[in-house]
Amino acid sequence: MISLIFITIGIVFNLLGCIGIIRLPDTYNRLQAATKCVTLGCCSILTGVFFQFGISDAGLKALIAIPVLFFTSTVAAHALIRGTYHFGIKLGEKSVKDDYKETLK
Amino acid sequence: MMNYLDILLYIQIGLSAICLYRIIRGPTIPDRMVGVDIFGILVVGVCAIISIQTEKSFILDIGIAWIILSFIGTLTLAKYLTGKKLNE
Repeated sequence: MISLIFITIGIVFNLLGCIGIIRLPDTYNRLQAATKCVTLGCCSILTGVFFQFGISDAGLKALIAIPVLFFTSTVAAHALIRGTYHFGIKLGEKSVKDDYKETLK
Repeated sequence: MMNYLDILLYIQIGLSAICLYRIIRGPTIPDRMVGVDIFGILVVGVCAIISIQTEKSFILDIGIAWIILSFIGTLTLAKYLTGKKLNE
């Protein structure tokens, strides 16, 4: 029962992330919304899998997958956003501040 | 009669299809790569829910392998975007 609660919370976060990936106007906005929400949602789903199986082989695999997913997705998002900036994609029209440009000088 | 877990599985698969929309429709190359990255994370959730339904643990192995392959692919494409060679 508690596993279903965790999986439902995870799916709600995934839904919010996917709404962000559709609706937001800019590559940077899309990436930050989607990465945060989807990482937290899938970690929550894997926590639900751990509570479902308990201490067994499947439960321990889910418990290993949580830190792997957490670190790899955040590092990949950071590298991707840096590459996007160097590729020359402009910020959106409503953006007000660009600190990274001053850092590069 | 559909189980509650079946409904959650179908919702998760539908969310992955939303990412395919961004991959097909994205106006620039980084938009498509954002879609690929997020798609790789969402498939792990699909694998986790299927492993509860079938009660087999090897599907979680597929999920972990998918995380690592998606990570390597995204890092390679990000390096391509910065304009450097892959051995620098």
